[in-house]
Amino acid sequence: MTVTYNFAYLDEQTKRMIRRAILKAIAIPGYQVPFASREMPMPYGWGTGGVQVTAAILGPTDVLKVIDQGSDDTTNAVSIRKFFGRTAGVRTTTRTAEATVIQTRHRIPETPLRENQVIVFQVPIPEPLRFLEPRETGTRRMHALQEYGLVHVKLYEDIARHGHIATTYAYPVKVDGRYVMDPSPIPKFDNPKMSDSPALQLFGAGREKRIYAIPPYTRVASLDFDDHPFERWRHHCRCALCGAEESFLDEVITDDHGSRMFVCSDSDFCESRRGEATTSPEAVSLASDTETHHG
Amino acid sequence: MYVAVKGGERAIENAHRLLAHERRGDRSVPEVTTDQIAEQLTLAVDRVMTEGSLYDRELAALAIKQARGDLIEAIFLLRAFRATLPRFGSTRPLDTGAMRIRRRISAAFKDLPGGQVLGPTFDYTHRLLEPPVSDPPMPATAPAPSEPTPRVSDLLAADGLIETTAFPASPDGAEQPPGDLTREALSFPADRDLRLQNLARGDEGFLLALAYSTQRGFGRTHPFAGEIRLGDVALEMWSEDAGFALPIGRVTVTECQSINQFKGSATEPPRFTRGYGLVFGHCERKAMSMSLVDRSLRARELDEEVKAPAQDEEFVLSHSDNVQATGFVEHLKLPHYVDFQAELGLVRRMREEHARRAASSGTANVVDDTREAAE
Repeated sequence: MTVTYNFAYLDEQTKRMIRRAILKAIAIPGYQVPFASREMPMPYGWGTGGVQVTAAILGPTDVLKVIDQGSDDTTNAVSIRKFFGRTAGVRTTTRTAEATVIQTRHRIPETPLRENQVIVFQVPIPEPLRFLEPRETGTRRMHALQEYGLVHVKLYEDIARHGHIATTYAYPVKVDGRYVMDPSPIPKFDNPKMSDSPALQLFGAGREKRIYAIPPYTRVASLDFDDHPFERWRHHCRCALCGAEESFLDEVITDDHGSRMFVCSDSDFCESRRGEATTSPEAVSLASDTETHHG
Repeated sequence: MYVAVKGGERAIENAHRLLAHERRGDRSVPEVTTDQIAEQLTLAVDRVMTEGSLYDRELAALAIKQARGDLIEAIFLLRAFRATLPRFGSTRPLDTGAMRIRRRISAAFKDLPGGQVLGPTFDYTHRLLEPPVSDPPMPATAPAPSEPTPRVSDLLAADGLIETTAFPASPDGAEQPPGDLTREALSFPADRDLRLQNLARGDEGFLLALAYSTQRGFGRTHPFAGEIRLGDVALEMWSEDAGFALPIGRVTVTECQSINQFKGSATEPPRFTRGYGLVFGHCERKAMSMSLVDRSLRARELDEEVKAPAQDEEFVLSHSDNVQATGFVEHLKLPHYVDFQAELGLVRRMREEHARRAASSGTANVVDDTREAAE
């Protein structure tokens, strides 16, 4: 039998349903909107939520970029980019500046996003309170009543035990002073990029059937305490390839004697910088670099 | 030197090429056909159709072949295809009482109208490994029964011994169309129609384990296999144009009704309650497990204490879908470099602090096992 698929895979009724959920999500920043997530031709947990959001917003003139761990070349990013190349025939790019839609897993690009760009996050567990309260019936009530004390207790316990907050990624944020939201497992280094961003930020969780959003220019505060302000973290060194001092770095082990190097996790950012100027690799240090940020 | 993580695209292509090669196996051995799978691995096809929520033997057989016999992968293939199909409408409720019976047993009555019909079953076979006969004798035949085969639950209901309305009537008394969790996200508490839909799509192994747990005391419900029946039932769709219901085909289903004790309450006389299981094809283990779990999930409705996993609807319904479960468990294979780097940074910082504390408290002579080989 021959099988034909619609533009961007999903049928138009499904896209309309997803767009309604997206519009509601934009209207209530940070609130998780339930939607009738479909079975996609890739496994749950591999970006089905992000793929459905992207499929619902993609138009023929869009330019799509897909990254995983900040890189366009990781296997799952390649797979998703090929999926849309095949089912929608849209132009794809690796350049952050050229893209109109960016689907991402675990990172926000280093190049600042601009207006008229949409970034779509793949979300495994959309509920920031899930590991404090396993029941959906419980967490929905907590959100409704803004009962967020437990999250602060968790962060406080970190400080009591370790002297600092021990959450390094999927660091909870409060959106527009109302909903506590899971930013998806991005490193907390990326959290400040979410606040007041000119781009629209959409979050899709396929398995958990939730969509949420941060409209452009919305205040996003990482949870913290006055005496323990939110801290960003990156390896305290330069990228060995482009010399960047401000980018999030991946540690690459180069032999079995403990040699390692640090390179930009954002491959497009790194490549563009190398295209502009050549810099010499820097000595590597393991100390960590922390900056403080008032969320 | 730095090994670039480039080349994902070619790696994927080559992996898929290798997969196709491995699926084919030794090319001197004839390739298995989807007809052979549909005709000879019928129970695998039945399971894939049931949990894939799509009644199509041909496609299920194709999925099993493509998935190299991995049934959860085959279920996934069928589900993904199903999600793209347009929806024309719903059939009228199946009348399983009018089933063309191929197997029908009751563990509650020795004999009953319609009789006990063993049908094609592994029950009472000796599990001795031996090559199956390639050309077995034709099955014994008997004249089709002239009398109807009423459902055991209907017989009990005639005496008022078992609950009659499986679904509580809605407040205004109107008949509500059943919900559909593939068209609306499941929310809790979920009504029985949605629970049954979830269980019908749920993983056989998961439901089996939960059903088993209720028998071993984790939420005991004292079940009897009131009736298990396998056979063909007619599908009918209401036609506005014709003004009557049109037959559109037949499907094979297995139905299990468990009979469970209920002590009664202040307002209700003591009587039996039901657990219900219905699956495509011949998936008897699944139908029985489903009926036990369905009954367990009715704990709150029947004023029973909820204390076991099988009675906890949020726990059961959230984790029964094997396509969701396998995807999420297996997504751990995807790269997590970024999160891991962030965690690594934290662990190093905490180790530094630990070492500093140890040094300042005068335990410097203790062997420093906190140093990494690389440091």
